[in-house]
Amino acid sequence: MTVGLFVTCLVDMFRPSVGFAAVKLLEDAGCRVVVPDVQTCCGQPAYNSGDRADARAVARQVIAAFEGFDHVVAPSGSCGGMIAHHFPALFDDDAAMQARAEALAGKTHELVSFLVDVLGVRHVDARLDATVTYHDSCSGLRELGVKAQPRALLSGIAGLKLAEMANPEVCCGFGGTFCVKYPDISNAMLADKTRDIAATGADTLLAGDLGCLMNMAGKLQRLGSSVRVRHIAEVLAGMSDLAAIGEPETAPAGPAAAR
Amino acid sequence: MTAREQMLGAIRRSLRRGTQAGEARAAVEARLRRHPVNIVPARTAGTDEDRVRLFERWATFNQATVVRVGVADVPGAVVDYLAANNLPARVVMAPDAALDRYDWDGRPMLERRRGLPEDADRVAVTGALAGIAETGTLVFTSGAAHPTSLNLLPETHVVVLREADVVGPLEEVFARLRARYGEGGMPRTVNTVTGPSRTGDIEQQLELGAHGPRRLHIVLVRD
Amino acid sequence: MQSTAHAFKDNVDRALVDDNLQQSLAILKVGFSERRRQAVERLPEFEALRDRARDIKNHALAHLDLYLEAFEAKVTALGGQVHWAPTADDACRVVLDICREAGARTVAKSKSMIAEEIALNAHLEAHGIEPVETDLGEYIIQLRREPPSHIIAPAVHLTKDQVADTFHEHHRKLGFDRRLTERPDLVAEARAVLRRRFQEADVGITGANFLVAETGSSMLVTNEGNADLSNTLPRVHIVIASIEKVIPTLEDAATLLRVLARSATGQEWSSYTTFNTGPRRPGDLDGPEQYHVVLLDNGRSSVLGGDMQDMLRCIRCGACMNHCPVYGAIGGHAYGWVYPGPIGSVLTPQLIGVAEAGSLPNASTFCGRCESVCPVRIPLPKLMRHWREREFEHHLTPAAVRQGLALWAFLATRPRLYRWATGLANRLLALFGRADGRYAWLPLAGAWTRYRDFPAPQAGGTFHAQWKTRRGAGR
Repeated sequence: MTVGLFVTCLVDMFRPSVGFAAVKLLEDAGCRVVVPDVQTCCGQPAYNSGDRADARAVARQVIAAFEGFDHVVAPSGSCGGMIAHHFPALFDDDAAMQARAEALAGKTHELVSFLVDVLGVRHVDARLDATVTYHDSCSGLRELGVKAQPRALLSGIAGLKLAEMANPEVCCGFGGTFCVKYPDISNAMLADKTRDIAATGADTLLAGDLGCLMNMAGKLQRLGSSVRVRHIAEVLAGMSDLAAIGEPETAPAGPAAAR
Repeated sequence: MTAREQMLGAIRRSLRRGTQAGEARAAVEARLRRHPVNIVPARTAGTDEDRVRLFERWATFNQATVVRVGVADVPGAVVDYLAANNLPARVVMAPDAALDRYDWDGRPMLERRRGLPEDADRVAVTGALAGIAETGTLVFTSGAAHPTSLNLLPETHVVVLREADVVGPLEEVFARLRARYGEGGMPRTVNTVTGPSRTGDIEQQLELGAHGPRRLHIVLVRD
Repeated sequence: MQSTAHAFKDNVDRALVDDNLQQSLAILKVGFSERRRQAVERLPEFEALRDRARDIKNHALAHLDLYLEAFEAKVTALGGQVHWAPTADDACRVVLDICREAGARTVAKSKSMIAEEIALNAHLEAHGIEPVETDLGEYIIQLRREPPSHIIAPAVHLTKDQVADTFHEHHRKLGFDRRLTERPDLVAEARAVLRRRFQEADVGITGANFLVAETGSSMLVTNEGNADLSNTLPRVHIVIASIEKVIPTLEDAATLLRVLARSATGQEWSSYTTFNTGPRRPGDLDGPEQYHVVLLDNGRSSVLGGDMQDMLRCIRCGACMNHCPVYGAIGGHAYGWVYPGPIGSVLTPQLIGVAEAGSLPNASTFCGRCESVCPVRIPLPKLMRHWREREFEHHLTPAAVRQGLALWAFLATRPRLYRWATGLANRLLALFGRADGRYAWLPLAGAWTRYRDFPAPQAGGTFHAQWKTRRGAGR
């Protein structure tokens, strides 16, 4: 089975290790992984700003680049949700494009739910001696039904203890451009979230979307919290020895660290 | 053009159809005539006794109090309730012939007046068209036998409800209303009342007795 | 009411530093959602009922003219009167005329969002008629001359102490001398004051949760019983309702009621759910002699049949605001007009214009929690996005945002150029130093770094650059 990996613009730019973790998890589960070179972004910045024309232009590019694969996987519920949930609606005046968008939507998945629901992965070999709390990122949760799958795989990680926070399904205040358009509201939401995280006593925060993770990590670190923040893919791929998000690196990240 | 024509015209323009609306009109008339039942919660299924227990459970859940008695014990149950709650043995009672089957005269200490409530009345006693087991709800219909203000003004409302009048879901109340008032017919007011009056308007904390009764007591009568 | 939706950011600034408000919101954020969750858990059919509720409202909207005619015919046959009001001004005029004809001096009002929408109280007061709000929350904010901050809990922004101060200030002249401190006492005092006002009111004005075409009934759902007193004691009962409130049958009402209270307050059923059908009948011992229904359009008919029609399904339960993290952060007043929260962000631009209220649909993370709890499955994020699209089309989006998007789109549709740009950005960020793993400050990122650090990119270049080195170009 050939999987096209939609890396996401944030992973590409800020945390390539998430992409390598995704590749490892997919290859370990028997997939052939291809990373199309023409991908940039899923189009959400335009789509969520009301700029439909540019969102469509980006969507066309994504569709053309990815429609040939058996499946398309993104280490993000947000970008996965954009393709799987919103692309078809972008072409409601263009039947041919809409059909292609729907075909792509039907085979696009968020990484962890793909591992569990499609590939039937029940266990990954990894260890993390930590008390972990898991934040349900909004698009993954509500558009793609990502909820039980990450918890199922985390429960099999050696040394890992899960401590649920009070409101794991409430938004962290990231929201893409929202967090800089309305920074004060975003901060108030984020303050609630970091309070809930702290109350668990967990030393590690995980989620499946880098945007939310950067938002929460930035706040926790501004508050002087020692909670480490990681993308769940890194933990599942056994890459927990990497510096956490926003932490100083001791050795360069990337393929060397990923192997 | 009247305001009515203006509004209906605007709606029809938006819906892209004319005044006759052939098929649409037929669909509307059919639905109003047949009033199909939608989804009825399974919790209302069961035997008569299940239904009465369900009613009791939800009425209590909603802060009403319930006592089950035989026909002969109804006046005594009312007197006992008033005494237990330090209420005067003086009530205003609905002028409802259905309440005459109980032997009120056997309790001469209970003062009764029939009719509309007055400011000094602290306790109302009424019957009910039905009780809805689904939610522990009482159904009152306005009319000469049952002024609506009895359900609202006195601080304590005691309702005498026959077990035979406990129905499963709300839909069975509609059947009773149609039987009594005709298809599409209703009395001026149907009050469905679930527990005492309440408010959460101050700091979202529940307080009973906002405007209507603070206490709702249901005397369930076995026939 | 005068809108301040255009000053949304200023409103937000004030709300975030209002300690009383924040204290109240802290209770709201957990209370309502937890109670709803429990109620939903108790009813296995809940999700199926939501589907059916959505279908009923869609059917009613698709046949709105016909159901309104049917409703009117029933009311008229029973001796009631139906008044058609295309605009807010028309509705105010109709209500004032009825009140004047009845020789009314005071009016007992039961909380109605439509009355807020048309600013009915101000209109009545300007013409010498005193409206008395009788819902406890609405009464409190009327005394304080404030608008409601929530559609089902209008005083949810206030603390008990604020209520105590308000009552002490206004009830002294009525002979209540003591400043109360306990909630039951505050409720009891309001009950005593308002009981007198009910008894002297000439007219009762209520809204309607639903209008039932089959029977000509207007339905009211309350917990306090104030709506029932408003429609039972005064000589005249006026119902004001917008046109989309009409539904076909009693059975349809049952379905909608099963999702309404559970979504709103997490109750199985509200304490008082009432069907009012016409004026007092022969033999009745109480009830109004006159029964009027004012049907308000105010722009709704133009929403029918279009891509925003879904908003007309709303049954005003408040679940979307109870579950909205933005509402939970800023409260209702910041939205600047009658309807706050997600449904307000969708309705307000429709009712008062997107130029005035354009900020509202933008102030959302699209987290989707509102849609996930809406009892009639209104796709609120989608509708907010529609407004953003209209703003963009009409060049109401701020210039800086448009320019930023244009640049982004230029790059995002040219992958090779995009690679070059991200590589450059990656190296630029490295210039700011990544030894700490994060930045406390970055140029052009002040909105982020005001409250949070910004994580530094990992060393070694972008993913695509590394992938190319490791595996060669993908295709």
